[in-house]
Amino acid sequence: MQSKNLLELASAISSGAVRVVDLTFTLSPDFPVIVLPPEFGQAAPVRIQEISRYDGRGPAWYWNNVTFGEHTGTHFDAPIHWFTGKDLPNNAVDTMPSKDMIAPACVIDCSAQAAQDPDFVLTVPDVEAWETKHGRIPDRHWVLLRTDWSKKGWRDYANLRDDGAHTPGPNPAVMKWLVEERGVIGFGTETIGTDAGQAGHFDPPYPAHHFLHGAGRYGLQCLCNLDQLPATGAVIVASPLKIKNGSGSPLRVIALVGST
Amino acid sequence: MTNSLRAPYDGVVIAAPVTIPYVRYSIESAQWWIGRALSALVAQAGIKASDIDGMCVSSFTMGTDSGVGLTQHFGLCVRWLDTIPLGGASAIAGLRKAARAVQARDADIVACIAGDTNHVDSFRLTLENFSRFNQDAVYPYGAGGANSSFALIARNYMRTFGVTREDVGRIAVAQRTNALCNPHALMKTPLTMEQYLAARPISDPIHLFDCVMPCAGAEAFLVMREETATSLALPAVRLLSTIERHNAFADDPMQVRGGWAMDVGELYAMAGVKPDDLDVVQTYDDYPVITMMQFEDLGFCRKGEGAAFVRQHDLTIDGDFPHNTSGGQLSVGQAGAAGAYLGLVEGLRQVLGTAGPTQVGNASLALASGFGMINYDRGLASGAAIFAGPSR
Amino acid sequence: MIDPIKPPRRKNPLLRTRLPALPPRPRSRTSHGFTRAAAEGRFVLQRCEACGCFAYPAREACPSCLFDGLTFVEAPRRGMLLAETTARVPSDVYFRERAPWRIGLVKMDCGPTIVAHLHADCVEGAAVRMSLQLDKSGQAVAFAHPEGETANMADDKQWREMTADPKFRRVLVTNGRSVIGQEAAVALRAAGAKTVFVGVAEPWRPFAGENLLRGQDGIEIVTLDAADEKVVADLAADIGGKVDILVNTTEYVRPGGLLDRRGTSIARDEIDQAYLGFINLAQAFGPAMRMRGADGINSSAAWVNILSVYALANWPAFGAYSASQAACLSLSHSLRAELRPGGVRVMNLFTGPVDTEWFQTVPPPKVAPRAIAQAIVSGLKGGLEEMYVGDVAEEIRQRLAANPKALERELDR
Repeated sequence: MQSKNLLELASAISSGAVRVVDLTFTLSPDFPVIVLPPEFGQAAPVRIQEISRYDGRGPAWYWNNVTFGEHTGTHFDAPIHWFTGKDLPNNAVDTMPSKDMIAPACVIDCSAQAAQDPDFVLTVPDVEAWETKHGRIPDRHWVLLRTDWSKKGWRDYANLRDDGAHTPGPNPAVMKWLVEERGVIGFGTETIGTDAGQAGHFDPPYPAHHFLHGAGRYGLQCLCNLDQLPATGAVIVASPLKIKNGSGSPLRVIALVGST
Repeated sequence: MTNSLRAPYDGVVIAAPVTIPYVRYSIESAQWWIGRALSALVAQAGIKASDIDGMCVSSFTMGTDSGVGLTQHFGLCVRWLDTIPLGGASAIAGLRKAARAVQARDADIVACIAGDTNHVDSFRLTLENFSRFNQDAVYPYGAGGANSSFALIARNYMRTFGVTREDVGRIAVAQRTNALCNPHALMKTPLTMEQYLAARPISDPIHLFDCVMPCAGAEAFLVMREETATSLALPAVRLLSTIERHNAFADDPMQVRGGWAMDVGELYAMAGVKPDDLDVVQTYDDYPVITMMQFEDLGFCRKGEGAAFVRQHDLTIDGDFPHNTSGGQLSVGQAGAAGAYLGLVEGLRQVLGTAGPTQVGNASLALASGFGMINYDRGLASGAAIFAGPSR
Repeated sequence: MIDPIKPPRRKNPLLRTRLPALPPRPRSRTSHGFTRAAAEGRFVLQRCEACGCFAYPAREACPSCLFDGLTFVEAPRRGMLLAETTARVPSDVYFRERAPWRIGLVKMDCGPTIVAHLHADCVEGAAVRMSLQLDKSGQAVAFAHPEGETANMADDKQWREMTADPKFRRVLVTNGRSVIGQEAAVALRAAGAKTVFVGVAEPWRPFAGENLLRGQDGIEIVTLDAADEKVVADLAADIGGKVDILVNTTEYVRPGGLLDRRGTSIARDEIDQAYLGFINLAQAFGPAMRMRGADGINSSAAWVNILSVYALANWPAFGAYSASQAACLSLSHSLRAELRPGGVRVMNLFTGPVDTEWFQTVPPPKVAPRAIAQAIVSGLKGGLEEMYVGDVAEEIRQRLAANPKALERELDR
């Protein structure tokens, strides 16, 4: 591609001809994080501690110390996150190919089904139905599962009951199929985790993690504003923090959306 | 230990009674007031400061100074020195020690001085730092200071012996009458019994006119041998007897008598006089109820008859029982440790015939007493002295 | 006979809040034998080991036989009120503002006479029951009560200065997710607290007992994660001016010491919740509480910590947890000193293993959360500073006093 085209893209972004949609939740302490049984190690929640705020601790400046786990807020999962991807080359956020940080997306709208059933599970026929309408999912695209889950209050968003979380996600067959038959670069959701809330009971458990990372692909979760994306044609920019040997990281996810 | 074992005060005299007029508040230090008293002693006795070879000092507000610091402060070179922290018993105790010092020729002229200043917050600080038992077990209880402690004693005493506020009030009212003759008294208006009874309560049953007014001032006198006084041509008072006692009757659950009751027989025997012989009596009047107790304990009436005694006697200068003729601490003011000296110094002037407007006619024999240090639940220190003027 | 205190009216915003003053503070070192007893609600006097006589005030030698072995021992509480007085114009600011103030001289049946603060129902010439209390300066004072119960006894004006009674006060229980927090909220409300704010972290996570708290009259759920500086500060901005009693029920218990754990993430969570949480709460709520120590019937009054007794002696089975509790204990002493100018008490409740999930495999006896809640209320009502709740806590305290090294060896099992 010629530089000229890139400059045209920049100009289109500047003029608004290409919209930039922010798919990121604000990183804050009150945002729900994944809950594991208490005897497991837990993700550190987001903590923001003021260093100074134009006061005696620093008269002219404001800054904070921030701590968080790699998997808090809107975040990225690298292949090394899961045992299936542990031996792959370049499987961590600091070594992954930079070019994988920008890729187009297909958005599958399941918001109606998710509204009916919090345990809605995406299946191969669902995706095939989508393809009938929008065409085959091309190679190295993100598949983003739109559920409108990001519009809920935190309690319903986490939707924890005494038998665990109840949130939508993919079934094992569709994940295997997306990875092997469609060559997706990654899979993204609005919920806490790329997998369904009850995915621990699937075979294999947590199929999104299992198949994506086992094949060197990526996960994105806690996305929002998916309802502002077209079914096809949006380009996702998702560059995680370059944490040494990191398994993932909170990040700013943006989508570039052209005019139709 | 019987009386006969005590050596008499033969040849011991007291001279040059000095009062530095009191003020309610002073920006001067205690050292300033003590310095004024020393200066007045030297002037009144017609001696040089270097003639003073003994000193006895009492003060609550000298800060970190004691007697020895004062020697350098005032340029004195003494061979006998004492600092007496006995509050209201300091004058009698100082007199006793000085008397024995000059008698034994450890010193020739002893200056006995008490002086205190009164800054705006001095009184509270004195209360707060009075003693360890007071700090641990009294002051944190309402911080009423001596008023509350004496209120407990007064309440118990009044209930036990059927004493009314009016009985106690007679003492205060009579002293105010006396004070009106004393130009240096801080209280300058008459006090009626109605006013006394209507006064505002401070710590029941103690009301305003049962309390002394803290102030600044100093009192002093010289103790020497008779021959010294003669050579200086100084009019002098002969010391006849003294008593002193601390922590008496510790088993009394509450104080209804002071240490005087233990030693009163010896006081009169040593002086060779009877209570009736006295021309003037100066008691320690931090509270009038304590004065009433002294009338009993010093032998003017029996225990429990104090109220009847004050009803039957006129305690004014011209009365049949001239008592606290200057007006006492109740009407003159309490200048800290100088309060201990007030009665004794006034008594000395009375028997020397130099009391001026408060002079009792033909006074030659007097008694002065002291009482002090309400360390915990009672006054611990008591003392008394009987002395005679040149005319006796 | 005392009239019951009335619920305080809303504050007049035109009036300045009265700042706290403290009663006289200085005491001799020996006198702190009484402070130690008062902190735990015991009544002691010095008794001579040689002649057996009781003495008061604190002394260095027996006034009967001059022996220097005077020990503070539990003493009979009964005495007789010999005389009383009412101080109306004390020279000290604290008492002057609270005058008239009633005191008396009590002859104890066991010998000494004691100057004491008087409950309003004490009668001259009648028997009284003596206790040692901590006043607003944190120093021990003798307090005489009538021998029997009288009406509205706890509402006595002078007694209320010695306590942190929840009646009409507003309480923040910091962690309502724990059973202890839930029981404490209910017990404090039953003890007359006007409002109990109950902190709940991560409100999006359901928790057992939630229904007990929701919709209860006088109990308000608020978002609070002690470990989150900003959430704590935000809550203090909302309710900091009306928290009269803060009950720190932060709870983070995990087994393990050093070698069987990997890394520091669990230890970090322990420190985050317990220690840094304590700091966040103190920094957010402490300054306002210190300002409001004399703010009428519902003045700020107390800060309560629930600590493991293993703060005093490490229990290796819960070794890192014990250490986090020791850190909190140390912090509580700093807080106590820093809240002192406000006359706000800091009460530490020491407990053994509590009957909750994290001590599931620990054999009994275990402390029921309800017993802790009741202890909080009785400690506040009694004005205590240190409480040992349950048999284990009491035993550890005694064994520590007897031989710390033996306790260390015996806990190592």
